[in-house]
Amino acid sequence: MTTPKPKFAMYWAASCGGCEIAVLNTHEKILDVDANFDVVFWPVAMDAKYKDVEAMEDGSILLTLFNGGIRNDENEHIAKLLRRKSQIMVAFGSCACEGCIPGLANLSPVGDIVHTAFNTLTTDNPHEIYPRTSYDVPEGELHIPKLAKILRPLDDMVDVDYYMPGCPPESHQIAAVIDLVIKVVKGEAELPPKGSVIGVGDSTVCEECPRTRNVKTIKYFKRIQDVAPVDPDLCLLEQGIPCNGPATRSGCNARCPSAGAQCIGCYGPAEGVIDYGARLITAFASVIDAQEPEEIERILDGIPDPAGQMYRFNLAGSLLKANREAWKAK
Amino acid sequence: MTEQFEPTIIGFTCNWCSYRAADLAGTARMKYAPNVRLIRMMCSGRLDPTFVLRALSGGADGVMVTGCHPGECHYIEQNYKALRRFLLLQRVLVGMGIEPQRVKLVWASAAEGAKFAAETTAFVEEIRALGPLNWGKADDVPQTADDIQAAIEQGVDQKEAVS
Repeated sequence: MTTPKPKFAMYWAASCGGCEIAVLNTHEKILDVDANFDVVFWPVAMDAKYKDVEAMEDGSILLTLFNGGIRNDENEHIAKLLRRKSQIMVAFGSCACEGCIPGLANLSPVGDIVHTAFNTLTTDNPHEIYPRTSYDVPEGELHIPKLAKILRPLDDMVDVDYYMPGCPPESHQIAAVIDLVIKVVKGEAELPPKGSVIGVGDSTVCEECPRTRNVKTIKYFKRIQDVAPVDPDLCLLEQGIPCNGPATRSGCNARCPSAGAQCIGCYGPAEGVIDYGARLITAFASVIDAQEPEEIERILDGIPDPAGQMYRFNLAGSLLKANREAWKAK
Repeated sequence: MTEQFEPTIIGFTCNWCSYRAADLAGTARMKYAPNVRLIRMMCSGRLDPTFVLRALSGGADGVMVTGCHPGECHYIEQNYKALRRFLLLQRVLVGMGIEPQRVKLVWASAAEGAKFAAETTAFVEEIRALGPLNWGKADDVPQTADDIQAAIEQGVDQKEAVS
């Protein structure tokens, strides 16, 4: 028996599970993970208990990929626990980096969210039953996790070593990062500086986009389904389709625009961008071909949900973070 | 609260017209509300919406952006760009629950010191009427489990009251 393998953990907080699928999508590379790491905690893939993690020595896990935002006190507890137990904590995927789609719930107060969830079109709730955070049973008191008033990205809660954006991160990028970590373990490579965004390009989606770009002059914004036909070779923004490419970090090989759909911004803010939405406002405002306020307003009417358009993946990681009503919920 | 609320306003002025208007208001000893902290930029087209969001999230109650009159921009047409950014930013702010009136765009030439002073005073009064913004500060207190349970029940109560 040689020296023990370094330990690996992966956890999901407020997320959809797509990040795990993306890791499995690395195909045979997943065998390299198994060959080089001892997987100690990965609730999606294997059985493990929180108390097992609690029993581990601090810093005993080499690498933790943490996906999902922090939406309740269970997420918060495990984030802090894994931070303590891990040497390298990676905010893995858009949710952990910047809130992602679950972060859009920050547009509503927490009470509304719960009410909506228990009164959907397909949810019959005649007795107005809502979750209670604790409940007494003969065996004792039962608890379910308590919702926080807003969703927060991982680094609002704990110290994060690296960020790996994407919804989900592209599998070839994951494979490259796995290769790098294995090389580091073998002493053949060095880790990037703490705080780096890894598994990404250093420019915008537009730089990787194969579509032709000219000087943009836009007289209208339209949703892509209302544009017929969509020119397959021309920049989508030039065709009046709100494409988030100009503000979004490269690294995905411009998959959506290449396939005929607009970029929706899942790789998060490009290098140097503080607020994703602000950059996108700048980009969109620059290409509108109008000078009169009335005409500008008419063109902007083509973006029906400005906050959702500008912050689809980034709301919880933006400067404002949440709608005012969500902040005020108490 | 007996004390009057004094809003904190951040003002972004362009070097060529509106900053000179502010300068003129000062040298002419015009009286206007002291709540505005001016930051000079070369052009209103330099205004990255990030600046506005940073100001609002960092404690400002309102943001005033001033530039040269349409057609008079030192850099030909960058104030039109500022106008488009401003209008789109306002729409985003509405989505975030912020009154769009908290951000104001004013055109002022270098000769319009009086207009600058009047617009500033009027804006301060508008923001005073809206009240403090206090973004994520006063409201962002650590909460207990009971707070959350109360929030859930309160949300449910509100919905029931509506329906």
